[in-house]
Amino acid sequence: MAIPLERQRAVSIIAHVDHGKSTLADRLLEICGAVEARDMRAQYLDSMDLERERGITIKAQNVRLQHGDHFVHLIDTPGHVDFSYEVSRSLAACEGVVLLVDASQGIEAQTLANCYLALENDLTIVAALNKIDLPQADPDRVAGEIERVLGLPAHECLRISAKTGAGVPELLDAVIERVPPPGGDPDAPLQALIFDSIYDNYRGVISSVRVVNGVLTSGARLRFVQTGKIHDAEEIGVRTPKPVAVAELGPGEVGYLIAGIKDVGQARVGETVTEQARPAEPLAGYQDPKPMVFCGLYPVVGDDFADLREALEKLSLNDSSFTYEPETSGALGFGFRCGFLGLLHMEIVRERLEREYDLELVATAPNVEYRVHTTGGTVEVVDNPSALPEASRLEAIEEPYVRCTILTPAPYLGTLIDLCESRRGEQKGIEYLSTDRAELIYELPLAEIVLDFYDQLKSRTRGYASLDYDPLGYRVSNLVKVDVLLNAQQVDAFSTVVHRDEAYEYGRRMVDRLRELIPRQLFDVPIQAAVGGRIIARETVKAKRKDVIAKCYGGDVTRKRKLLERQKEGKRRMKQIGTVEVPQDAFIRALRLED
Amino acid sequence: MGTPSQFGVYVHIPFCAERCDYCAFATWTDRSQLATAYVDACVADVTRRYREGELTSATSVFFGGGTPSLLDPGLLLRILDAIPLAPGAEVTVECNPDSVDSAKLRSYRAGGVNRVSLGVQSMDPAVLATLGRTHDPAGVERAIGWIGEIGFDSWNVDLIYGSAGESLPSWSATVERVLAFAPPHVSAYALSVEPGTRLAERVTRGSAAPPDDDDQALKYERADDLLTAAGLAWYEISNWARPGFECRHNRCYWEGGEYLGIGCAAHGYTGGRRWWTVHSPERYIAALAHGGSPEAGDERLDAAQARAEATMLAIRTKQGAMLDPGREAAAAQLVDVGLVSRERDHVVLTRQGRLLASEVTVRLAPDLLAPRTRDGG
Repeated sequence: MAIPLERQRAVSIIAHVDHGKSTLADRLLEICGAVEARDMRAQYLDSMDLERERGITIKAQNVRLQHGDHFVHLIDTPGHVDFSYEVSRSLAACEGVVLLVDASQGIEAQTLANCYLALENDLTIVAALNKIDLPQADPDRVAGEIERVLGLPAHECLRISAKTGAGVPELLDAVIERVPPPGGDPDAPLQALIFDSIYDNYRGVISSVRVVNGVLTSGARLRFVQTGKIHDAEEIGVRTPKPVAVAELGPGEVGYLIAGIKDVGQARVGETVTEQARPAEPLAGYQDPKPMVFCGLYPVVGDDFADLREALEKLSLNDSSFTYEPETSGALGFGFRCGFLGLLHMEIVRERLEREYDLELVATAPNVEYRVHTTGGTVEVVDNPSALPEASRLEAIEEPYVRCTILTPAPYLGTLIDLCESRRGEQKGIEYLSTDRAELIYELPLAEIVLDFYDQLKSRTRGYASLDYDPLGYRVSNLVKVDVLLNAQQVDAFSTVVHRDEAYEYGRRMVDRLRELIPRQLFDVPIQAAVGGRIIARETVKAKRKDVIAKCYGGDVTRKRKLLERQKEGKRRMKQIGTVEVPQDAFIRALRLED
Repeated sequence: MGTPSQFGVYVHIPFCAERCDYCAFATWTDRSQLATAYVDACVADVTRRYREGELTSATSVFFGGGTPSLLDPGLLLRILDAIPLAPGAEVTVECNPDSVDSAKLRSYRAGGVNRVSLGVQSMDPAVLATLGRTHDPAGVERAIGWIGEIGFDSWNVDLIYGSAGESLPSWSATVERVLAFAPPHVSAYALSVEPGTRLAERVTRGSAAPPDDDDQALKYERADDLLTAAGLAWYEISNWARPGFECRHNRCYWEGGEYLGIGCAAHGYTGGRRWWTVHSPERYIAALAHGGSPEAGDERLDAAQARAEATMLAIRTKQGAMLDPGREAAAAQLVDVGLVSRERDHVVLTRQGRLLASEVTVRLAPDLLAPRTRDGG
């Protein structure tokens, strides 16, 4: 029953956001008859609401297409820099990639990075220039660019329109002709790779698997090599894209596995599945992606803490790339310190928590992970600025640096160089890809990128520049911790680590903002920003002078009592920071303004 | 609590010639034709309360409004005649400098009124204009002249401070000019913006600045300095008097005494029950014409509410409030920040504390918002 190896191909599509990947996937589904035209939902593979709304792919999706005698396993990949790890695991399940480039724009930084990844994995690249139906399409120029940067002969680039369908059957033919079939031994002990897992409320964990050797059989007793746990294959199947249960999946095949698993840790991405009766060696997995950006997430309503914990647990079933640990803040109460792959990843996780789990959350300002050298000669890794050792114990602080590649139309080079220089960047090279497009390479502190660098890049280049970065390791920087004090009491949620030159600006901003949000008390309340005990900015909330209700007309005591009851009720919603009463939402509002 | 020997009667007269811009009281400028029927209803109401044993004899009567002096004195005195008075009872009529005259004041005096409260508000014509008042300082001087001629020993001047456009010198001048008339009693109220008033509308539109707490605090202190220097002692947050001239009716409210509310939109407190009457004069007249009760609602205070109220009211006075033994720590904190002083088992507001009496009350009255022991939402 298993499909012969020579009739199978497994490919991913690598494309930049908006270059037409999802449209191409839709067209492929249609041409292969996998989806009736009348069932066609625009961008079938982007199944999450968020994905459809933002026009980006977050999760790796897979579908099996039939083209003549051949079966093509199409594995969708995310296009954003934050999700390159998802790309790498999709690539591990493929023999080839379709490189899809907008013929009116050219190759983008992230696409290029993913192509290099494909080349490192010895995958065959089939290049296709999309949107040739547009009047501004310049396929010759873009094909030349691809030849120059990737060494793919320009004449081998296919020219298609995913929108009209022109050239798409030829693209399928090219995939079958150029991409090698998978290897694999049907008689060997089972080795199947889990490259994605999602959690379904009814079925539990549903894993996407690729069989490398042997045959995965429905009902088989399976051993998960990393966890050492035994699970029964309750259901195996393929997505066409509708899920269709099958009796077995042979070598090279891609499908799904449901094994009655309820727990996140039990079906991790990169896991090797083998048979209990005839276990095999684990496949080379891949390293878990390391979070690079951190923030505290707190429920706006303290009672929601348990719900937040549950939501994080559930969400991490679908996304093993973020981390979370409980933490307590004097200002915000109980919450979690969370780690993310990047800023977009952070936004998406937060948005999913709020939308899918109906939680109202507040996030502290994002930060990176610091390596702190203390005077005692130790090195501490700190992912929360408020946990930084006292200034007197600090010898040096290291922060992560990245090598940043920006591809841009040449006219924007000047503004992008300004941007990088203003973010403590160090130029490492400029290269022209064609007469009007250039590659700019900078080394930058990651912290500068996680703020609003990407937005700046896009707005300065009307969206035409693209960005990719790779970690370069840690470097010592002139960093300081800025604390915010309310009546001499530190407010942990506002502590941040910034370059010394930016400390004053941050401190001034927070102090001004809090002065607006903190109501007057019975005494003057100083609000200060401090670096290592030195005050760099100060404002005072002057003591409240008058609140009395002047009269009580005609004996209407009831109204007066009700006014006071309201005042008392207001007090109940106050948070006590030292002797200062702060409305619960003041810190939240201060942080939201930070967004 | 309460002083059994006190019993007040408040009579609400809901008619005015003009509505002042800041006024949110139940009063109408177009219903003077109702006056006779309204007075009949008030008399019927007093009679009814008397018959039911709720009123034996009043130690104070207060005609407020509205503008009681707009009413024909004969009508006003018919109501007073119906009220049984204790010997030496205090009887006050609120008067507007515009609508009072020598003849009216003579009639009041002859009919048993022994105290006049004059709505002066300011002696600065510009400020009077922003308040929407129609009288001028000359009218005030004239009215005070008559009050003296006719021989009212006890009288009061009502002042309002902190309106937009009132400078501190203007306010000082108002207080000084009033003190030149040697009044035995002065009430000074901070202007507040009440919903539904013309002032509130102007503030919302941005054409008038809302009163500023700091400015009002400053003016309060200035008034307190000037009044004290002139021999008028502070005895309640907004009230100052020469010794012996404190308003008995006002004290009845603060000290937990009982009182009746006669007329529409009036409040009463009898038998541990706070109650209030229907809002409009028409409904009041109609209710009594059918021999019914004009009450629109009431609440019976549980012990906790009653304690909270007692603190809230008594703290406003110079005697201060009894300290709940459970609030020692809160009181100590308030002493530290200078808002109250301790006098044996009482706490008394300092001058700084008088301006923050709401905050002090909320901290000292543990039973505000205490869980209710009975149903009722």
